[in-house]
Amino acid sequence: MKILVCISHVPDTTSKINFVENNTQFDTQGVQYIINPNDEFGLTRAMWFKEKEGATVDVINVGGPATESTLRKALAIGADNAIRIHTEALDATQVAKEIVAVIQENGYDLIIAGRESIDYNGGMVPGMIAALTGMNYLNNCIRLEIEGQNATAVREMDGGKETVTTPLPLVIGAQKGLVEESDLRIPNMRGIMMARKKPLSVLEPQHGDAQVQTIAYEKPAPKGAVKLVEPENIDQLISLLHNEAKVI
Amino acid sequence: MSVLVYAESEKGQLKKIALELASFGRAIADQLNTDLIAITVNCDNNELLGNYGVNEILTSSHPEEFNAQQYAAIVKDAAQKKDAKVIAVSSSADSRYLAPLAAVELNAGYVTNVVEAPLSTTPFHVKRSVFTNKAFGISELNTDVKMVGLSKNAFGMHENPTTPTVTEFSPTVNNSSMEIASVDKANDQVTIADAEIVVSGGRGLKGPENWHLIEDLASTLGAATACSKPVSDMGWRPHSEHVGQTGKPVASNLYIAVGVSGAIQHLAGINASKVKVVINSDPEAPFFKAADYGIVGDAFEVVPKMIEKLKSFQAENT
Ligand SMILES: Cc1cc2nc3c(=O)[nH]c(=O)nc-3n(C[C@H](O)[C@H](O)[C@H](O)COP(=O)(O)OP(=O)(O)OC[C@H]3O[C@@H](n4cnc5c(N)ncnc54)[C@H](O)[C@@H]3O)c2cc1C
Repeated sequence: MKILVCISHVPDTTSKINFVENNTQFDTQGVQYIINPNDEFGLTRAMWFKEKEGATVDVINVGGPATESTLRKALAIGADNAIRIHTEALDATQVAKEIVAVIQENGYDLIIAGRESIDYNGGMVPGMIAALTGMNYLNNCIRLEIEGQNATAVREMDGGKETVTTPLPLVIGAQKGLVEESDLRIPNMRGIMMARKKPLSVLEPQHGDAQVQTIAYEKPAPKGAVKLVEPENIDQLISLLHNEAKVI
Repeated sequence: MSVLVYAESEKGQLKKIALELASFGRAIADQLNTDLIAITVNCDNNELLGNYGVNEILTSSHPEEFNAQQYAAIVKDAAQKKDAKVIAVSSSADSRYLAPLAAVELNAGYVTNVVEAPLSTTPFHVKRSVFTNKAFGISELNTDVKMVGLSKNAFGMHENPTTPTVTEFSPTVNNSSMEIASVDKANDQVTIADAEIVVSGGRGLKGPENWHLIEDLASTLGAATACSKPVSDMGWRPHSEHVGQTGKPVASNLYIAVGVSGAIQHLAGINASKVKVVINSDPEAPFFKAADYGIVGDAFEVVPKMIEKLKSFQAENT
């Protein structure tokens, strides 16, 4: 089985979000980057298929040279090969089309992407890959079992979950729950050493057109101070929520 | 040309987000001076959309079960039939699932988490939240057909009575090789996605045996229950209740956090909520900087009192 895991290189969750160049670019100064958490759940599940069932796991990122440290981390966790498409994509369609070109070239049984990335929160890359390749697709995937050419997978819905069966090839949008938090791996020294020797190929992009361009960013308006209510005075809180905030 | 909304229903009844989405679609249709069309599937109360400015409803009575690929095909067919130039969807799990599939089929530029009506229509500029509510982006869509995903609770419901026509719609739906084996859905529970009020508990509650406090407060308010990440990691509560940057997003009218410190990852995910209340024994807890109202106090004393006071408030106000 060949698995491709799409890895988004995103600012650490504690990063300060600021913009430069007249509020048109994200300010990367002092920002630490991580594997997008949803992608990491997916990568961890892929490791299970590698170790238990002998799957090969490729990881892919569409981005500039700075993302290679994140791809190396994925290799240190245990992926076999890394691919970087050398372009700064402007929108999800460009990302998806670049990944699809690699899928068509290499052929995969399973494509794993995160449900969404924590930077631009688009939530569309896995669906677009599925639509562009004609593969079946399950979003918000919280369980995935594969037997031969068939998968059983669970999707979290609003207020419940649904179990589906589907033939491969399949695209999933991974999220928390797909593996336990305690299954997540911190690369060890041996993994890091091995990752240095694993192949990381850099491919030229297709240069598809962007459909969406983000032209400016804004920060939310500063918030007013909290109104504190004494614990003995809960009636006052209820009255504020009823009369002032009008939410109860 | 027209504007199309995919109005979701559950067990034959339109969801509230469908009405909010129709209101949003109406605003776009007004900007473009055109008609608002809604597409529904297996919906029994289509007429309700007439209260929110829909001019025409296309309704399909198949397939019986939700399938993202098939539903995306329905949205695409409806959009093509009605020459829709803007298609709006909600941010429910199902809509976010099917929308990118439809966007590819329609060759439409697609933007999610849109927080208000387009800033302009030529060029087509929308404001969306990015970095999990830590910032906004202004995006330009340059395709002929455009698709926008509306953030929950960002636009509100706006009445605008019309008398829509309802037309049976029979889209071409291909068979799917993906089959639903089982669905596990609590019927009576308020979901985090749909709830107007969410009550959330953190590690300050000390253990799962104390969750009756959260559950009782939630049921008094008709609210959904949620929790912080460590609470679900330790198995005190199911993963599906974990809210925050790496869990579910919350955009309710009221979010009440009990014994939650207010870490940046937690706040990012709940910040789209309109009003935030925090109950925490530590006055230095970061949540107080993000909240609108707060009580510095022990949850084990404050919450039972709050439930009692809420009950008498409700008795007086009904
Ligand atoms: C990559 C990453 C992603 C993350 N994603 C998320 C996420 O999506 N969601 C999330 O929630 N967290 C997330 N976290 C974790 C986050 O950083 C915090 O660790 C977590 O939110 C803390 O949970 P808590 O507030 O329940 O616990 P604590 O931080 O331990 O806070 C407990 C609070 O309870 C208060 N308290 C104690 N006793 C009482 C009492 N008797 N009455 C009232 N108050 C009391 C304390 O004063 C304290 O403020 C993430 C972390 C990382 C590194």
